[in-house]
Amino acid sequence: MTIYIKELKQSCRSLCIWTASIAFMMLVCILLFPEMKSEMDSVSDLFANMGGFTAAFGMDKLSFGEIMGFYGIECGNVLGIGGGFFAALAGISVLANEEKERTAEFLLTHPVSRFSVVSQKLLSVLTQVVVLNVVVVGVSLISAAAIGEEFEMKEFILLHIAYLIMQLEISCICFGISAFIRRGSIGIGLGLALALYFLNIVCNISEQAEFLRYITPYAYADASSIISESKLDFGLIAVGAAVAVIGAAVGFFRYLKKDISA
Amino acid sequence: MSVIETKKLTKSYGKNRGITDLDLSVSEGDFFGFIGPNGAGKSTTIRTLLGLIYPTSGEARIFGKDIIRDKTDILSDIGYMPSEATFYNRMKVKEIIALSAKIRKKDCSAEADRLCERLTLDKEKRVDELSLGNRKKVSIVCALQHKPRLCILDEPTSGLDPLMQKEFFDILRERHSDGATIFLSSHVLSEIQKNCSRAAIIKEGRLIALDSVGNLSKTSAKRVVLHGVNTLPESLSARSVEVNGDSVSFLYNGDIRALLNALGSLPIYDMTITEPSLDEIFMHYYEKGGEN
Repeated sequence: MTIYIKELKQSCRSLCIWTASIAFMMLVCILLFPEMKSEMDSVSDLFANMGGFTAAFGMDKLSFGEIMGFYGIECGNVLGIGGGFFAALAGISVLANEEKERTAEFLLTHPVSRFSVVSQKLLSVLTQVVVLNVVVVGVSLISAAAIGEEFEMKEFILLHIAYLIMQLEISCICFGISAFIRRGSIGIGLGLALALYFLNIVCNISEQAEFLRYITPYAYADASSIISESKLDFGLIAVGAAVAVIGAAVGFFRYLKKDISA
Repeated sequence: MSVIETKKLTKSYGKNRGITDLDLSVSEGDFFGFIGPNGAGKSTTIRTLLGLIYPTSGEARIFGKDIIRDKTDILSDIGYMPSEATFYNRMKVKEIIALSAKIRKKDCSAEADRLCERLTLDKEKRVDELSLGNRKKVSIVCALQHKPRLCILDEPTSGLDPLMQKEFFDILRERHSDGATIFLSSHVLSEIQKNCSRAAIIKEGRLIALDSVGNLSKTSAKRVVLHGVNTLPESLSARSVEVNGDSVSFLYNGDIRALLNALGSLPIYDMTITEPSLDEIFMHYYEKGGEN
């Protein structure tokens, strides 16, 4: 597990910055809720009548005046975008950086199989995603308690499970891509996460784009559906899990056969 | 016993040249030099042997084991020093050295300390703050701290000052006398001539000579320097002719009696005939394409 620990140590700074940033934004959002709640009567009609945008962000199913609805829309977007971006960056750089920074020659001439190197690196990425989400959940619960609100625990847990799976899927897809590239990893990772996020928005706006639900992992992590229906869409999650496994497997397959550049 | 043995080892990169049909044999206990200019295929050979890149065809064995199937096993007894010493940024020298030992699952701290002291390497510095020479020193420690049976060194002295080069070769000679096999890739021919017992010359991805350094130097060609003339008879088959004032220097590879006969009619007042240097041998192989 030496390489796993090395990866975590190396990523520690990035993980801390992303976790602190997302947790801070979640904290600020939750602390704003009491004020939003008091003004909700005057703006609820406005939020409910913004046409496509109302549906795009799930505001047609959730109420801004309730903590769970507010959390799902506001904090959901923060964690959806922030967590998705972090997962993409962690996944996309983990293999590519060894060649980009020219450290692959140092690492891979030690008596450790490539399979072991790749496994430990993937495990470190997944660990980072889990750590980020655990911290964010903790901060959210404490923040809610601080303003005297209580989440509907079932919906809260389902929502965070969906976000976690969604981020793990993105990180696995990016991990697979990482095995193919040597440069430009950040742009590809962020671009992919952003594209998947917008695909879900398109999917929410247009019924003709329904098929996109099977492409973007943001579809099964849609807060408005999870909170309003109190359940997860296991069909979509199964598709997402399969994509994640394929992404990781492609990464393994490619890296085990790859010629490492000088 | 052969520590390194390749049979028709080939690595091609599409249109770019790699190595072609390389038959190399390095015996246990050799201090082996691998000579060739940049781009000749030295690093490609080494990177293939270490499993960083996969051969297109042919086979290679190290310690009698297959380089692909038994790679991990083989690497545990190898110390490799790449031509470019690059490490993880923000890590300290001591952390890099400890990481290398940990991956090897060995406690090499005593030997690492000894090497750092001999190479005057500050272990508390961050690797991204080090000069090329100091990064090379980190690379030396990582390659040698576990006392490998085989040291593969790719252009190891570039960036090292002369004092450190001397210390480095002292360490290598000690390791060699302890039984380690040294595989030294270099284009600095003097260090090959000074340290290696056997050597191979690679040109455009193909091995063009493999012999003891002594035999490689014992080509029939001689370096002849004549004083008192600035031209040579056309009948003399001379190569690498250099005129310097009233002196002419050239490589002669023909019948020595024909040379003496030709010189008899020239107004020379002094002359020397010596063995050519390894640099000249190397150029000879390169000009001739390894025919001789």
